[in-house]
Amino acid sequence: MVVMKMKFPFEKRVKLAQGLWLLSWCATVAGATTFTLGCILKTELRRRAEVMDNQDIHIVPNTLMIVGLASLGINYFASKICQDALDAGRFPRWKNFLKPYFAISCFFTVLMLLAVIMSYAMKGSLESSLKVGLRNGIRFYKDTDTPGRCFQKQNIDRLQMEFQCCGNNDFRDWFEVQWISNRYLDFSSKEVKDRIKSNVDGRYLLDGVPFSCCNPSSPRPCIQYQLTNNSAHYNYDYQTEELNIYLRGCREALVNYYMGLMNTIGAGVLSIFLLQGSVLVSLRLLQTAMEAVAGKENTEIETEGYLLEKGVKDTIMEYLDPVLKFLLLKNQVEEGTAAATSTTAATPAPT
Amino acid sequence: MPFMPVKFNLQKRVKLAQGLWMLYWFSVIAGILIFSLGIFFKIELRKRSEMMDDNESHLVPNLLILAGMLACGFNAFGGKVCHDSLDPMKFSKWKPMLKTYLQLCCGFNILLVLVSLLCFLMQFSVYLTLAEGLSYAIRFYKDTDTPGRCFMKRTLDMTQIEFRCCGNNNFRDWFEVQWISNRYLDMSNDVVKDRVLSNVEGKYLMDSVPFSCCNPGSPRPCIQHHLTNNSAHYDYDHRTEELNIWTRGCREALFSYYSSLMSSIGVLVLFTIVLESVDMAGLKYLSTALETMSEPDNPECESEGWLLEKGVKETFSDLLTKLKTLGRTNQVEGGDAPEANT
Repeated sequence: MVVMKMKFPFEKRVKLAQGLWLLSWCATVAGATTFTLGCILKTELRRRAEVMDNQDIHIVPNTLMIVGLASLGINYFASKICQDALDAGRFPRWKNFLKPYFAISCFFTVLMLLAVIMSYAMKGSLESSLKVGLRNGIRFYKDTDTPGRCFQKQNIDRLQMEFQCCGNNDFRDWFEVQWISNRYLDFSSKEVKDRIKSNVDGRYLLDGVPFSCCNPSSPRPCIQYQLTNNSAHYNYDYQTEELNIYLRGCREALVNYYMGLMNTIGAGVLSIFLLQGSVLVSLRLLQTAMEAVAGKENTEIETEGYLLEKGVKDTIMEYLDPVLKFLLLKNQVEEGTAAATSTTAATPAPT
Repeated sequence: MPFMPVKFNLQKRVKLAQGLWMLYWFSVIAGILIFSLGIFFKIELRKRSEMMDDNESHLVPNLLILAGMLACGFNAFGGKVCHDSLDPMKFSKWKPMLKTYLQLCCGFNILLVLVSLLCFLMQFSVYLTLAEGLSYAIRFYKDTDTPGRCFMKRTLDMTQIEFRCCGNNNFRDWFEVQWISNRYLDMSNDVVKDRVLSNVEGKYLMDSVPFSCCNPGSPRPCIQHHLTNNSAHYDYDHRTEELNIWTRGCREALFSYYSSLMSSIGVLVLFTIVLESVDMAGLKYLSTALETMSEPDNPECESEGWLLEKGVKETFSDLLTKLKTLGRTNQVEGGDAPEANT
């Protein structure tokens, strides 16, 4: 049962080869674009690596880069093959190369599709990684004198200013940690001593947020300390008033940003996947059409081209058989030798 | 005696035409670059027009946009002429236009020289507009309820954050204006009443700065209020300690940004002038080489190309006499008119 049989007169074969040559060069540019998109995504993820707990999400840009490089090679060979296809003398030398070439090309094209699916599927992993990373970032905000954490304050401040967000879930996360270092607290003051004694861990907690949470668009000069104390500020009601700090949490802001980026990149990669697939389909049709011409004297006859000689299942079995035989054969040999050694071991025992 | 003559055979002519074609397309790219830099500069000026008190001069970006478009047009035409030059049939239809084209290119080069001069000289005007505009911006920071000035606070805050600066000359400019609106001051409070009465104009002045002056790179949480009061903060001496606000003034920061932008655009325009001159010289050589072919039907004959038909001095004197004859025709007409009246 042949898959997708098509008739190819000489004219059509020539047009197919020419169109394929142009298409393969477009696909080469598309492959370079995929590589570039992977690099861009990786750079953006690395910029905020300090607020991410693990690097699992990096599998998406890594896959894109590998697929981009592979498609450069695939399309280079595709253009070479279709250039030689119309020359009956030069085409036969590609014969042995084509079967593994199609297997590898199909693998990498499917990998491209997998990368797009992964970028949607890994949203949960990204969110949990950011949750832990931001929590640590807020906890270590004050440790500007601890080696390895000196720049945590600067990173969190710049992050909050750039993404217009405050805290992990929202600004109240800052009420639960001590974000002012002990170096700047006057321990002889009564107020400081009261606050420290008011909780079990002996931390200086206050209902204030760092300056980077301030919203410049607010008409009022920023209120960042004593947020829940209405009497501390003139004409201020914490419950009803629109606060002049950012209300959005940084985790939500970062997830939205990265998902938006990956959606855009995913749309582009999907169209490149379709282009690459059409290159492979055309190449296969051209190959089968030219194989029917081989050995005939009149090269301008009409031939048939097809995608797969047998059905889909049979073709997959045909490709997997060598792999399975290799494994199965190994098992058979091992069983044989195991039986032989056990008999040889058994025979000396009775003596 | 032609100025700088060069002998050309067929191969040399072909090479000249091909090289010149590539150079013209390179010049088109340079023209596109100047056009896009002009647009970028215009956008940057409009983004901060509030800080320049809305009277900044858009002369330089407008000229850059015009020069970019003209460069694209002229160079694309030149490239087309070079492409057709080796085919005598096609070249004959461009021949009559070449003299006017070269004169227009000369005029365009003079325009480019003017533009590059302006790029360097207009930096002073930008400095002066910034100085005045920033002082107004700081004064109107609190007027977030006055139409036309609602966004001054946001613009100034974002500028201070982006350019890492504070105030006009430095952060002390904020001590001299009231930057908290009266809507948020409790006028029944004694402290507020004292401050307001302490100066002639009745302004609420204090030694504090807005939050946008804070430096995120400082290890200490931002101290923005009571800056000169050492006892208000633990372990703080405002004279010796490195303050955790930006110490640079916004005028200096903005001016260095704009001057570096204008200087690089000026350098690019100078480079384009050199490129255009080389293009013009090449085209003159090519056209004269094609005109002086001794046997027009034999393409492989030798010919001579030059920059100017006579020497430099003679060409200039010719130009002057031409200008004088233009003036003299007017005089002749003036002489005729009184005769006609009488």
